[in-house]
Amino acid sequence: MEIIMIVLAGILFGFAVYNILQKQLLRIIIGTALLSHAAHLFILTMGKLKRGSSPVLTEGTESYSDPLPQALILTSIVISFGVTSLLLVLAYRAVKTNGTDNMEELRGNDHD
Amino acid sequence: MTNFAILPILIPFIAGILLAFTHNRILLTRRLAMLFAIVHLMTMGFLLYKVLVDGSIVLEAGDWSAPYGIILVLDPLSTLLVLTSSIILLAVVWYAPASVSEEQEGFYFYTFVFLLVTGVSGAFITGDLFNLFVFFEVLLMASYALITHGGKKVQLRESIKYVLINLFSSMLFVTAVSYIYAVLGTVNMAQLAERAAASDQPGIITTVAILLFFVFATKGAAFPLYYWMPHSYIVPNPVVSALFGALLTKVGVYSLIRTFTLIFHQQPEIMDQLFIWVGNLTMLFGVIGALASRNIKLIVAYNIIPAIGFMLVGIGIFNHDGLSGSIYYLLQDMIVKAALFLLAGTIAAVAGTSDINKMGGMIRSHPVLGWMFFIAGLVLAGVPPFSGFIGKLLLVRGAFEKGETTTVIIMLLTSLLILLSIVRAFIRIFWGEGEAIKQQTRHSARSLLPAGLLMLFTVFLGIGAEAILPTVQQISDYLLNPQEYIDLVLKGGR
Repeated sequence: MEIIMIVLAGILFGFAVYNILQKQLLRIIIGTALLSHAAHLFILTMGKLKRGSSPVLTEGTESYSDPLPQALILTSIVISFGVTSLLLVLAYRAVKTNGTDNMEELRGNDHD
Repeated sequence: MTNFAILPILIPFIAGILLAFTHNRILLTRRLAMLFAIVHLMTMGFLLYKVLVDGSIVLEAGDWSAPYGIILVLDPLSTLLVLTSSIILLAVVWYAPASVSEEQEGFYFYTFVFLLVTGVSGAFITGDLFNLFVFFEVLLMASYALITHGGKKVQLRESIKYVLINLFSSMLFVTAVSYIYAVLGTVNMAQLAERAAASDQPGIITTVAILLFFVFATKGAAFPLYYWMPHSYIVPNPVVSALFGALLTKVGVYSLIRTFTLIFHQQPEIMDQLFIWVGNLTMLFGVIGALASRNIKLIVAYNIIPAIGFMLVGIGIFNHDGLSGSIYYLLQDMIVKAALFLLAGTIAAVAGTSDINKMGGMIRSHPVLGWMFFIAGLVLAGVPPFSGFIGKLLLVRGAFEKGETTTVIIMLLTSLLILLSIVRAFIRIFWGEGEAIKQQTRHSARSLLPAGLLMLFTVFLGIGAEAILPTVQQISDYLLNPQEYIDLVLKGGR
């Protein structure tokens, strides 16, 4: 099971990097969203996938799933959700003011 | 008593929230911001005193004992850095009315400044690797808001790149943390240190460490990952540049110092050489960038990079003098960079341009500004008796002790080139004929005081080194002996 998840995360990382390397701004944002999904899937897998009851210790609990990766993912999901929405707004403003969504045309050294 | 450890996060956080409510009454907001900045500074001073006298403070949040809950650690290193950032906060809040327009101030400017400091303080005092990521995000979120604050065309253009590179490195950070969790089964730094030392797979740990090194090197703007930094740091308001230049990259360096002295010192022969060579190249390329620039803000921004190089070399040297030098340099560089950005902002505002070729003869109309810029340049280059010299002296001594002669040569050469870049800017701006700028804007007098406060601290760090050096050397010994930190966190005090 871990192998499948790892391969899936790898594919997601690959797509994410491919999209980030594009010129169009929206594609780059989709790339970052995919990147965060890949990272989250990766955390889940790295904590070992186990079947078991919830991690509340009661008598007779033999196996329980590891709560820490889940807590980490939850935190990370919230953060990447916030950042993605901010990035979308920022991209919208940048496209409006600069008149282009092509990263090649967003280069420049003039600062005033 | 242990609850004091939450204060560095709590005070700026509450201040940020309160200031959001008063945002349309600008005078009140300014005064409240000053008040909170002063309270923060005084509290941090008190905490440092407490930590130095009574020993480090560890807070286990929610009373979940050490390896399981989130812990906050006020040890001498983190407390000293939190105090330094509160000095910068005060100067920035003081300077802001002179430079930020009232409309911008009303648009939650101070809220974002305080939230940025919340994140920075949190990153300094946390004792948990994942929590470090969370605080990185807190400070980055505030910085995203600040870098676009004002919404100029060039700001929006550069901020996209800034956000993207930081987002990418954050995701890499999460990935690295999950690798570490898979290998060592914990994210608590003290327990990581313990388990890494006992681990029989140093190879894997070093691999993960290098991944984490690239994350922090991106945040800290080290070679070859600094390309995003100079151009994005100069587009926002000078106040924001000062805050960024002083705090953000230094959080990356602090994280490197903390994790690589504590956890990842398994294969010193690889890690030390990596740090030394990345440091060497960072120094050289950064200073070349500074020499090639004609924009005063860009010159200052590029001068952040060689300073990062010095600190990295200090970590790589990894002996008593090297680490002391790194920490001393870190402290003084935070302050002098903030001062330089504020001065450069004032110069650009007074001259009406930031191109040094178009300025000239400003020493007649603005002598105090000129000499303060000159002194700040000397501090940066490490001319004795100023504070940059002490840091560099320690680094050079450490490098000789370790036998890294090439590094010594590069360090001294870089210092010389830094001096050249600053003095050339000084000569272009302040000497020569040029039309004497007559416009006595509200900028000049009001904005010099905060920069003067910072200059006072740097001069004190140089001339009063006797008072601070013992503490820094104590911290260096403490970093060289990770067991002390492990005992502090896991066994509840010494």
